Amino acid sequence: MSILVIAEHNNQQLNPATLSALAAAVELGGDIDLMVAGSGCQAAIDQASQIACITKVIAADHSACEHFLAENIAPLIADNASGYTHILAAATTTAKNIMPRVAALLDVQAISDISAVISENTFKRPIYAGNLIATVQSNDAVKVITVRATAFDAVEATGGSATVETLESVNDMGISSFASEQLAESDRPELTAASIVVSGGRGMASGDNFDLLYRIADKLGAAVGASRAAVDAEFVPNDMQVGQTGKIVAPDLYIAVGISGAIQHLAGMKESKVIVAINKDEEAPIFSIADYGLVADLFTALPELESKL
Amino acid sequence: MKILVAVKRVVDYNVKVRPNSDSSDVELANVKMSVNPFCEIAVEEAVRLKEKGIATEIIAVTIGTVQSQEQLRTCLALGADRAILVETDIPVEPLAVAKCLKAVYEEEQPDIVLMGKQAIDGDNNQTGQMLASMLGCAQGTFASEVSVEEGSIAVTREIDGGLQTLSLKLPAVITTDLRLNEPRYASLPNIMKAKQKPLATRSAEELGVDVSPRTQLLGVELPAQRQAGIKVNDVAQLVDKLKNEAKVIS
Ligand SMILES: Cc1cc2nc3c(=O)[nH]c(=O)nc-3n(C[C@H](O)[C@H](O)[C@H](O)COP(=O)(O)OP(=O)(O)OC[C@H]3O[C@@H](n4cnc5c(N)ncnc54)[C@H](O)[C@@H]3O)c2cc1C
Ligand SMILES: Cc1cc2nc3c(=O)[nH]c(=O)nc-3n(C[C@H](O)[C@H](O)[C@H](O)COP(=O)(O)OP(=O)(O)OC[C@H]3O[C@@H](n4cnc5c(N)ncnc54)[C@H](O)[C@@H]3O)c2cc1C
Repeated sequence: MSILVIAEHNNQQLNPATLSALAAAVELGGDIDLMVAGSGCQAAIDQASQIACITKVIAADHSACEHFLAENIAPLIADNASGYTHILAAATTTAKNIMPRVAALLDVQAISDISAVISENTFKRPIYAGNLIATVQSNDAVKVITVRATAFDAVEATGGSATVETLESVNDMGISSFASEQLAESDRPELTAASIVVSGGRGMASGDNFDLLYRIADKLGAAVGASRAAVDAEFVPNDMQVGQTGKIVAPDLYIAVGISGAIQHLAGMKESKVIVAINKDEEAPIFSIADYGLVADLFTALPELESKL
Repeated sequence: MKILVAVKRVVDYNVKVRPNSDSSDVELANVKMSVNPFCEIAVEEAVRLKEKGIATEIIAVTIGTVQSQEQLRTCLALGADRAILVETDIPVEPLAVAKCLKAVYEEEQPDIVLMGKQAIDGDNNQTGQMLASMLGCAQGTFASEVSVEEGSIAVTREIDGGLQTLSLKLPAVITTDLRLNEPRYASLPNIMKAKQKPLATRSAEELGVDVSPRTQLLGVELPAQRQAGIKVNDVAQLVDKLKNEAKVIS
């Protein structure tokens, strides 16, 4: 078996989710190569080469890889796929965008968002917003897989010295181009990597009230998340949404404030180790999965919580 | 400008799904089926483009069993002009769906294909990307805003870090995220009118597409269930529990 993992990075730094995708690759067994495609991404290539579990870094540092456009990156991966039995990436929005395009080029059915490796061709993956877990067997020669990062413990980021092979030829397909981006800037930890997440829902009633959560988050070193209702109401931006169609988190502690607990929200956080719910409605479904429930008005509970931390 | 909208018949998002009696598949007997919510958003976007005078014709297409006609009628009531059912009896995977859509695309030659970013049953989030790949065209996935320009389309995408805007050459495949629009409800007169709109039935064989599955579902199970914990009396007790029992804060 021979596995190609596609690194996610911002040209400067590897995304920790890649270390979890590598963990799934280690479970599969066999040689692991890591592809780093980007533009001005030497720092990410250097980081990649230090990962102990990989044999080789395959680097493509080229302007056509800037912004990770699927139209350009997918053929690059497919063209360099020969000899590999598995191609893996962490299930981030970047990989979700690219990997099915790779699978179609190879004429194979991709396997999305695996949460467990059963054997080299059999995997578990959540379906129906995580309400069910399917066991799926792939009969394709090459398995193109995205990995649910929260389901695998990251491999060591250092301790190795892999060789770096450089790909010179990268094509710009010329059918898509980057125009602009609005990236969230925050001094708080990244939502999917934080060990504590404090999330607010429609009950927060306004964007300004999220300050109550930010103050608690800053005392705990936590990231702040939100329900879809809070994002739709424009209290906070979309990158904070947790759930079936937002981010999947599994921190040590998840505090849900003014969130009712719809299955689509639970899909993104129910693997958290400890769940706290603060809600004024004692019948709210979130209490049925919370380890500690506090029936209270959040506008009195949050300032009190802040003062006691 | 012609728009093809791919829609999927799925278990309604309010239904709590269970494994069937031998845990070989999901229990689908007597459950309410609907248009996948993301596909509804795709239909709505197409209708808005027509209302703005940008689109001239909207064709809704689904790959599925004869029962999927029900969801196509919904799309016709929402504003699609005609519909195509590619009938199959076996559950089709994204790769096969994309191949069927490619065949329909080649016959219809639309300028834009609009579809959902994911179906809420399989949660695969693959089909649009696969179709774009097979067509060799650009893709605008997870769209929260689209604006059609001369020969191109600007698509704002919801990505992990925030929002990204791309400019894509047409033809292009666009997959919808939740905040692209809020779909309307079909009015009664439109539901009546939809019954008269054309709905063609094709088969995968006729389109020359091999839909045989590449994966096998070995079983479905319920995830480990979380037990409800305790209710604490006040904030002080909560902090105490988190510090001394759960030991997740210091
Ligand atoms: C296809 C699809 C995908 C979806 N994807 C997602 C997703 O990824 N993530 C997601 O979160 N949702 C998602 N949803 C939406 C989901 O179904 C719910 O609508 C949403 O999660 C509700 O958000 P909420 O809990 O904040 O709001 P509500 O359900 O309105 O709950 C608000 C809660 O706040 C409480 N409250 C109000 N005021 C106070 C107060 N002063 N003090 C204390 N408590 C208070 C109320 O008792 C209530 O329980 C999706 C839906 C669909 C159809
Ligand atoms: C419980 C379960 C059991 C299954 N069992 C089997 C099995 O035994 N054998 C097997 O081969 N497959 C099986 N499948 C696959 C299944 O039938 C779906 O086809 C597969 O999940 C499609 O992926 P998706 O809809 O999640 O695709 P996504 O890529 O998430 O869909 C994205 C978008 O593509 C479009 N789209 C998707 N499907 C269609 C369609 N049919 N028609 C028109 N547009 C469409 C829609 O616009 C949709 O919003 C099973 C799936 C589940 C969930």
